[in-house]
Amino acid sequence: MPTFISLKDGVFGLAEDPFTSVGDDQGVPPGDVIISLSRFQAEGEALLSQGRAVGVRLESHEEVEALAYDLPEISVVALAFPKFGDGRAYSYARLLRERFGFKGEVRAVGDVLREQAGFMIRCGFDAFEPADGSTVEDWERAARRFRHVYQRSTDGRAPAFVERGG
Amino acid sequence: MYRYDDIDRDMLADRSAEFRGQVARRLAGELSEDQFKPLRLRNGLYLQLHAYMLRIAVPYGSLNSRQLRKLAWIGRTYDKGYGHFTTRTNLQFHWIKLADAPDIMDHLASVDMHAIQTSGNCIRNVTADPYAGATAEEIDDPRVWAEAIRQWSTVHPEFSYLPRKFKIAVTAAAKDRTAAKTHDIGLNLKRARDGVLGFEVMVGGGLGRMPYIGQTIRRFLPAPRLFSYLEAILRVYNRHGRRDNIHKARIKVLVASLGRDEFASQVEAEWEKISSEVDLPDTELARIRGAFAPKTFETLPAVSEAFEATKVSTPAFARFARNNLKPHKVAGYTIVEISLKAIGATPGDATAEQMEVVADLAERYGQDDIRVTHEQNLVLPHVKLDDAPAVWTALAGVGLATPNMNLVSDIIACPGLDYCALANARAISVAQHIAEKFADQDRAERVGELKVKISGCINACGHHHVGHIGILGVDKKGEEFYQLTLGGSGAEDAAVGTALGPALPYERVADAVDTIVETYLRERQDGERFLDTFRRTGVAPFKEAVYADVH
Repeated sequence: MPTFISLKDGVFGLAEDPFTSVGDDQGVPPGDVIISLSRFQAEGEALLSQGRAVGVRLESHEEVEALAYDLPEISVVALAFPKFGDGRAYSYARLLRERFGFKGEVRAVGDVLREQAGFMIRCGFDAFEPADGSTVEDWERAARRFRHVYQRSTDGRAPAFVERGG
Repeated sequence: MYRYDDIDRDMLADRSAEFRGQVARRLAGELSEDQFKPLRLRNGLYLQLHAYMLRIAVPYGSLNSRQLRKLAWIGRTYDKGYGHFTTRTNLQFHWIKLADAPDIMDHLASVDMHAIQTSGNCIRNVTADPYAGATAEEIDDPRVWAEAIRQWSTVHPEFSYLPRKFKIAVTAAAKDRTAAKTHDIGLNLKRARDGVLGFEVMVGGGLGRMPYIGQTIRRFLPAPRLFSYLEAILRVYNRHGRRDNIHKARIKVLVASLGRDEFASQVEAEWEKISSEVDLPDTELARIRGAFAPKTFETLPAVSEAFEATKVSTPAFARFARNNLKPHKVAGYTIVEISLKAIGATPGDATAEQMEVVADLAERYGQDDIRVTHEQNLVLPHVKLDDAPAVWTALAGVGLATPNMNLVSDIIACPGLDYCALANARAISVAQHIAEKFADQDRAERVGELKVKISGCINACGHHHVGHIGILGVDKKGEEFYQLTLGGSGAEDAAVGTALGPALPYERVADAVDTIVETYLRERQDGERFLDTFRRTGVAPFKEAVYADVH
């Protein structure tokens, strides 16, 4: 079974992936699946009624609002990084957590490098499929890199202006 | 000068350690140049024609003498003994070795400096009025807000991978010394009739290939709501700015394509949903305000006898005083502009020795405060009129007393083909030729305020679009040609210049500027500035004069 890096209750670990990522040109295998937004819109209800867990992969040009209504039924939102430098998914992750109250898994897929770890964690990602061979230890180290942060974000870390007041 | 606390210092130390690790991985071959590039860029390290260039942040252009001495020391130790001040009020060293870069970062951190986000598609070094805290024109001290923006934008989790670079300027005076309307966001501090502090928010200005003047999307934003509003603007841009074409990726293109009103309504809709918890509490703003060490000014007579006597006895000092000293808010003090545009020199360059002299003067006569301007000059914002002659003498001793502020030889120029891999043409030597044409200081003063800005390619780092006379280097079949534009302005009356006519060859540019100036002197009415004359007459008389010679 393929693996990914998970972040649960502040602890990083290597997790076995129960989900199969299914392309639009592939048939849907049995078990838990991650499918595209368009496929979810067409087949999501039927797949969910089969009692399996369903995740949706959102491309960076797709609007996160399209998922808002269905979020309570969705187990995973996989946010795609087509390129390291495409930062749209950071906004999507924050909106999923902060605006839509999504409690499921938010997974980073695509061109995911350890250098992004700190940004992703702060924006509410809790699952990562690194493309650079980086390990759980690399992600732990990256997450600890900055002892302080200057802004409020999804992770709830106390920003400098709160630390200073305390 | 904002005093760093332990948290600010920890941030720099952590960043420096991260960068050291990345350089080690690159030198060990674990990172390819392609993978390393976006990482080094976020730390101001460019690969240029001859070597690495390191761009060091000077947030809102503010330095103390310890910092400037450290920059001089770095220039001497790791570079060729000089540095280059940029239009973003940063300092660049052009001859850096990759293996030295991590040590340089540590040296910078030791004086509360860094190179964070001086490059890359992120929020860049924030700029502010170089006269902040010294001019009577200001409504509030823009440095307080600029420092708060510096902190908020540093390693921002959501806005570090934007479609393109992002520049913010803060001004608090009617006279705009920051070119706010050429920024992605320009913030102009205002007071409402009831005394409440707020910002006029201008968005979508920018130069480059497609120049746009920023448009006001909110006339008055209550100051305490600044950060939630900035997050709303950045979120709309991060989501909807173009990422398919680097030349259309700046926010100016998004604002222009949506239209100002639609863009503004998207920002407002987003803002309404953002919690005010994002905003800085008043206590933190008060802390930052307090961390700018308060200046204590003496009670002095408005007229200094020593100053007046030196003006009479020393005409060169009188000329310097006329052009380079600006009014201070406190009687008996003055703002000293230090020109980095000596005739024949490279605009914005300063040697290590010059930096040390300025640092010494700031410490001895200037409340330990130094500013860098976007026009690539330095400022000592708090000097007693009594001390101005001594400051002038010391500056003159190292070639820093050129009395040409805002005159034709006070030219902005990018590094151009001499240093930059992107350039099509030289910029520095064009600036030098023009400055030499106007070496006669009486003539330059007769001409008055005239801003010449030169870019070596369409990326417009020399801000040619907003020059009263703008000069753009282009490549024509392997030869350097220059397109001239007239009537641009980066100030509160911002405008993009009008093309004069066909591009001119390298050797004709300085003569053409000379002809344009002569035409202005002929057309001028009632002591008009060049810009005012141009706006009255239009381009026709200038075009006729410049191209008449050709036929």
